[in-house]
Amino acid sequence: MISLQHISKVYNKGEVNEVTALRNIDLEINKGEYVIIIGANGSGKTTLLNMLSGAEKPTTGKVVINGEEVTRYEEYKRSKWIARVFQNPYTGTASDLSILDNFRLAALRTRQKKLVVGIDAAFRKKVKDMIARLGMGLENKINQPMGSLSGGQRQALTLLMSVMDEASILLLDEPTAALDPKSAALILNLADELIKEFQLTALCITHNLKDARQYGTRLLQFQEGSLLRDLNKAEKSALQLQDMFQWFE
Amino acid sequence: MEFYLQALQLSLCLASMCMGVFISMKIFNIPDITTDGSYTLGAAVTAVLLSHHYSMVIVVLASIIMGAVAGMLTGLIHTKLKIDALLAGILVMTGLYSVNLVILGRSNVPLIGIASIFSGFKFFTNETYNNLVIACIVISGLFLLIRYILKTDFGIAMRATGNSETMTRALGINNDKMKIIGLAIANALTALSGCLVAQYQNFADINMGIGIVITGLGSVLIANALKNWFKVKSIAATLLLVIAGSLVFQMVLAVTLASGVDPNLLKLVTAVFVLLIVALPVMSNRLKNK
Repeated sequence: MISLQHISKVYNKGEVNEVTALRNIDLEINKGEYVIIIGANGSGKTTLLNMLSGAEKPTTGKVVINGEEVTRYEEYKRSKWIARVFQNPYTGTASDLSILDNFRLAALRTRQKKLVVGIDAAFRKKVKDMIARLGMGLENKINQPMGSLSGGQRQALTLLMSVMDEASILLLDEPTAALDPKSAALILNLADELIKEFQLTALCITHNLKDARQYGTRLLQFQEGSLLRDLNKAEKSALQLQDMFQWFE
Repeated sequence: MEFYLQALQLSLCLASMCMGVFISMKIFNIPDITTDGSYTLGAAVTAVLLSHHYSMVIVVLASIIMGAVAGMLTGLIHTKLKIDALLAGILVMTGLYSVNLVILGRSNVPLIGIASIFSGFKFFTNETYNNLVIACIVISGLFLLIRYILKTDFGIAMRATGNSETMTRALGINNDKMKIIGLAIANALTALSGCLVAQYQNFADINMGIGIVITGLGSVLIANALKNWFKVKSIAATLLLVIAGSLVFQMVLAVTLASGVDPNLLKLVTAVFVLLIVALPVMSNRLKNK
């Protein structure tokens, strides 16, 4: 599904403040895997996710998605495969637009946005049914501007929006970092449900080791731009929290 | 009365530009100074083509297309050369001054005795009423068109671009392309305004666009105030309020003029009026918090 080949990323190459964010990363991720990524600040987690989303381009190496090389593709061209949830809950949705309009755009993620009115009764119903599963009562407020909702609500809607269109890869960049514990749990549970239900291949960055242990089918730990640990499902479920804490000492 | 009806007609002619400023300023968050130049561009093209007796369809289309090209240029400079939108607009506006002068051939082209869009149809024998009806029809048509565009999938994508570029990129939208198209639409509307106003006042002048962006901005800000006042959410109602904003703005100027203020001070009055609209919410908040 996803193949990263010899990926390196160097910032300010040749200058005094040269920083190597990723060192020769080789990574294969299979369809349906839910990969949790941990690592200290500056270890290269976010840079890795950016290589996939296209927000940054690698200095060397190749990014392949579904057999197609996408290394030089701009972000908007990768939306064909990739849906994203951001650390800042206000980034993933447009504040001035209604919930309905936001969902309409998400439903067209892989397609052209044409000069036709696409919101009809059937689409409204689809969005309402989708939102109802959150149990937040938002299904009756689909004409309200997104900006009137809380961070937790917006993050939950961003997650739902990611499966409005054909989705194969879901990138979660610390999706709960800005949320209170209750909203955070809700978001991670929802993500888990959606990933299973829609058979997504997912990558999730987190600083919460408890979440890292609880969720996902594979665990990666980064350190100073290199892949330090790569644990499969069995190895991961055998982990104790104490062991994980020691990794960071 | 006649005086106020003419101000009303002018406000409708300018409403097209106000919708343009609404698109650049409110939807894309781009302060687009190209407006000053593309407004005169529309008027210049109109004056020259009309005095050469081209048909109205060609005159209107040419104005719109020229305005769109000017907007695209600003958009290209802003997105492809990564130059600040404000500077990009100022550059194109400055360049357009010469272009407009070349098109006009001199600083002022009168259109006395030449058939205009307002004399093309006869609904009333009274000229003022007739002009008003025609201006209303044109602006209603524009309103319906822009409202439709903003409600389409493309329009939603346009509106989202000004909100969160990170989100739109992630949803497969080419933000650069969107901004270029948006500025093209905005300046096409502005040029159409110039086209209408030239026919309303029966001349095109090289300096007629100076500060016109402030008129547009003022109208959009009035619309914004009305929007908060009436708690309007839908995009159609917002667009309608922009037209109302243009109306309020011109009426305030008309009242100012009628009260005997020196016409030379009109730009100063305009600037102070816009300043007041911007400052009022801040000042009223401050009073409330005291």
